[in-house]
Amino acid sequence: MTARALNQPRERLPLRTRLALYEIDGVTLLVLPAILFVAALFVYPFIYGFILSFQPKAGDWLANYRKFFSTPFLYETIAATLWLAVPATLINVLISIPIAMRVRRMRRRRILTTILVIPITLGTVLIAEGLLNYLGPQGWFNRALMLFGFDGPVRLVHNYTGVMLSLILSGFPFAFLLTLSYITGIDPSLEQAASTLGAKPRARFRHILMPLLAQGLAINLGLSFVQTFSVFPSAVLLGAPAGATRVISIAAYQAAYEQYDYSMASAIAMIMGFSQLLVVGLILSARRFVYRGAVGAGKG
Amino acid sequence: MAIAARDFRELRLDGMSRNFGSINALKGVNLSVRRGEFIALLGPSGCGKSTALNCLAGLLTLSSGSIWLDKNRIDQLKPEERGFGMVFQNYALFPHMSVRKNISFGLAMQGRSKAEIVRKVDEALSIVRLGDQAEKLPGQLSGGQQQRVAIARAIVIEPPLVLMDEPLSNLDAKLRLEMRAEIRRIHELIGSATIYVTHDQEEALSLADRIVVMRAGEVRQVGTPEDLYIRPAQVDVAEFMGYRNQIRSHAVKAGNLMSVRIGGVDLQGTPIDGVTDGDVVAAIRPNDLKVTSSGPLTVKVESAQYHGNGFYCWGRVADGTELYFQCETKVQKGDTVRLAADPGRMLVYARAP
Repeated sequence: MTARALNQPRERLPLRTRLALYEIDGVTLLVLPAILFVAALFVYPFIYGFILSFQPKAGDWLANYRKFFSTPFLYETIAATLWLAVPATLINVLISIPIAMRVRRMRRRRILTTILVIPITLGTVLIAEGLLNYLGPQGWFNRALMLFGFDGPVRLVHNYTGVMLSLILSGFPFAFLLTLSYITGIDPSLEQAASTLGAKPRARFRHILMPLLAQGLAINLGLSFVQTFSVFPSAVLLGAPAGATRVISIAAYQAAYEQYDYSMASAIAMIMGFSQLLVVGLILSARRFVYRGAVGAGKG
Repeated sequence: MAIAARDFRELRLDGMSRNFGSINALKGVNLSVRRGEFIALLGPSGCGKSTALNCLAGLLTLSSGSIWLDKNRIDQLKPEERGFGMVFQNYALFPHMSVRKNISFGLAMQGRSKAEIVRKVDEALSIVRLGDQAEKLPGQLSGGQQQRVAIARAIVIEPPLVLMDEPLSNLDAKLRLEMRAEIRRIHELIGSATIYVTHDQEEALSLADRIVVMRAGEVRQVGTPEDLYIRPAQVDVAEFMGYRNQIRSHAVKAGNLMSVRIGGVDLQGTPIDGVTDGDVVAAIRPNDLKVTSSGPLTVKVESAQYHGNGFYCWGRVADGTELYFQCETKVQKGDTVRLAADPGRMLVYARAP
């Protein structure tokens, strides 16, 4: 009798309670639209494009990829894109550090943040139009230069410089805001403690701030890189889309809408995606070498 | 002893002031500290004690006044040039460095040799009894251990002055008592001067050689713990030192004592400098009001809280005067007890009419 009583199954809790133990309740249903959205607009197109890229117009299943990596006109776009994206990312993230360090002590931080957010909200096209007017051969900048006796207009648009300027203008605010949020998360008492222990500003930066900021910078580099790598409008509007700034997204666009070869365009998009993934993966795996824990100052 | 405080004779604060905008957080503090002294800056929150400590450390610039270490004026020096050890309220341990790295940071900044650093850090670790935790990260330690690391890190650079900003306020009651004894032991071991900020009068009384009571940015009284406990010079200091009963009344001189009228009876109290016949405030601690059947004051108990050794009580005299007192036997609301006060423990202060 006793044994049987012991073997009796435990009383089953109601389903609602069992779900609640895993923190699932009515509110959880609210993530459903997001899941559907991601599935419909990201997962499905990605898989569709991935399969499509192996169904070329002519040749065997790898023909598109073989064509890309054997045609200089195509594979050189990777280098052209990296040549823009890597310096732009580094400039944006590195410049954001000293500025964020200064700004975190300012009292009217909000005004500056607002000013910096404006380029993000304006969008790339407006920035490109603005730069074309301002920096073009007949723009204010060159007219002012010539007024002061400089020879001829300086070429700042329709080349590498133009695209780079636009990438910095639109990418910097994003990198800056991210760095600022990481840097303000570091407890100021840590640097104060370091200074009472005899560390001069340079040493405080090197031994305290930098190690604690490193993992945030890695994430910042990754996100900024992805943004600049997919540059398209400014490369067309401000660059030389047939020359120095023929980036990989232009190659994909031409395959899709000039040659109507969706399979080839998909292959280029896949190559683009995996190149990004490779660089981001490298950046994030470098985080292994830096401190990744909390940046607070212990209990308090 | 390998770790010993750098020698000096006197640290002198001369009219040390600091304003934040239009607020005077510190109004001309004068103080002289000798080597080996343990000074507690005591006061309620917002009294300027932490501001004073940050000014000493160099983390805040003075609005006016000066700080002298013997013949050298140091108030213009940056924190890294002063070489004072500081223990922060939140410990401020470097979260990405091991305990050993944290403690050796100051020595490394001074450019000491590797061998010397290892030796000194081992010494500091043994002083704070953390020898077996050297390779852990601060996040892996308990609050009390983090506190010890913070102290070790501050003393290993052998500072002439150790500054502590409410270092025990984040610890639980038992650990607080342990660390209090520990801090005093380490202070005596290395022989530095320690300036210790706290709002806890018990902590100040048990740790300090001298207590500096602050209020609203001013020094109200400086004295030994006994001085402050028995003879607070001002009414507000008395209030902060636990004289919870502050009875507004009038009094007349009666020989060396004063006769104060409380609840319709005359009680004897000790006059404090400057008090004359007329309006006064009589101050007495709850534990100095004795419950005795022959006591002159009759009090009706309004509330009684049990606390192990007896009861914390609050009651009213016939004329409505409220009194806090302690009672060793069980009392409850509605009881009537009789109280007596030792004339030496009832202090009579002047009061503006």
